[in-house]
Amino acid sequence: MLTKRIVPCLDIKDGRTVKGVNFVDLRDAGDPVELAKQYALLGADELVFLDISATQEKRKTMHDMVLKVAEQVNIPFTVGGGISSVADVDDLLHCGADKVSINSSAVKRPELINELSQKFGSQCVVVAIDAKKIGEKWFLHLAGGTIPTEIKLFEWAKEVEERGAGEILFTSMNHDGTKAGFANEALAKLSDLVNIPIIASGGAGTIQHFADTFKIGKADAALAASVFHFGEIPIIELKKELRKQNIEVRL
Amino acid sequence: MDLRIVNYGAGNIKSIQFAFQRLGYDAVLTSDSNEILKADKIIFPGVGEASSAMRKLKESGLDTLIPQLKQPVLGICLGMQLMCNHTEEGDTQGLGIFHTTVKRFSNNVKVPQMGWNTVKNLKSDLFKNISEGDYMYLVHSYYAEHCNETIAISDYEIEYASALENENFFGVQFHPEKSGKTGEQLLKNFLDL
Repeated sequence: MLTKRIVPCLDIKDGRTVKGVNFVDLRDAGDPVELAKQYALLGADELVFLDISATQEKRKTMHDMVLKVAEQVNIPFTVGGGISSVADVDDLLHCGADKVSINSSAVKRPELINELSQKFGSQCVVVAIDAKKIGEKWFLHLAGGTIPTEIKLFEWAKEVEERGAGEILFTSMNHDGTKAGFANEALAKLSDLVNIPIIASGGAGTIQHFADTFKIGKADAALAASVFHFGEIPIIELKKELRKQNIEVRL
Repeated sequence: MDLRIVNYGAGNIKSIQFAFQRLGYDAVLTSDSNEILKADKIIFPGVGEASSAMRKLKESGLDTLIPQLKQPVLGICLGMQLMCNHTEEGDTQGLGIFHTTVKRFSNNVKVPQMGWNTVKNLKSDLFKNISEGDYMYLVHSYYAEHCNETIAISDYEIEYASALENENFFGVQFHPEKSGKTGEQLLKNFLDL
């Protein structure tokens, strides 16, 4: 059986991890490569690196980081942040990234999804969608959730699938940072609507939240940052509990 | 050991090179027939779409060279699929090394299959020190039908061949270079053949 995936997400700025990381004895918790290796050993199924560097020069630093991660880490990883062209993706894949994640650039120019999936294959194109529930409807938000749009979540999800996305990373702005659980209702609806894998993001606080997002939210993978980085939820413990609840995981 | 990766412009091979590097081996990219012929071991990778990958193989004449090789050859992912008789993807004739066909998963399951799945009914030295039910990382929309040459099966909607062997030819649907310790063991086993 295909297992549900547990995905730690690392924010990277100028080649260093941004948010404090404090879960094991690392010589340098700011070093994404050290951290990635540690996560691979601790049972993470894949990793996401989100580049929040502002300038083009700093992106070069990101390439060096990707190269080092690929060199030393034996599980798959996705790179996102500031990717807006076929050339950007070509560079990252050549450095050894397995997948790339695009967000605002896909909204601004949806053809980018087609171009990427045709050139590199759907399997490496993750479309990240940040959305907020306003009233009864979910609307896309850009630039880390700060800019609202009129675009409806479910229509956009269907469109990115049709354009060749291989996976959707859905973050609920209503849930992100709350530690009160994932947006399971919207996730389940997404999962029924499209036929590509869905990564749930935003709201992880307890082990049960992960179990719920797999069972109720029908998610294929669950992404989180701080609960892993601060050791609040050890991945092995999480997976043991999921298995106890009859959720297939890799242990 | 002279270890070569067939370079025909189909997909990203950096990860495979790094995986062998972690094991202490230098896997050199080549598209040169003579270098391929005299190598000790060959890796035949592939990511992307089948018909365009096959077209690239034909352009370089590798489609006739590869089936004639006598040393151990390991096809990975699309590489394995191209070694089969035929694939539904782009209605593409394969190299005919593995006597099975490659079909698309139905829409009863999410396509692509993406993530870690178990391998079982393990039958080859390629799986030495790997246990029934160990996990490998897979990303694929098409699968090889179970046949006489199957040396591992995985289950996603149906049971299919996640690894194949015919004489000196081996193929794996999963990505050993991304499958943690288990994947590393498989690559080690291939080097030991």
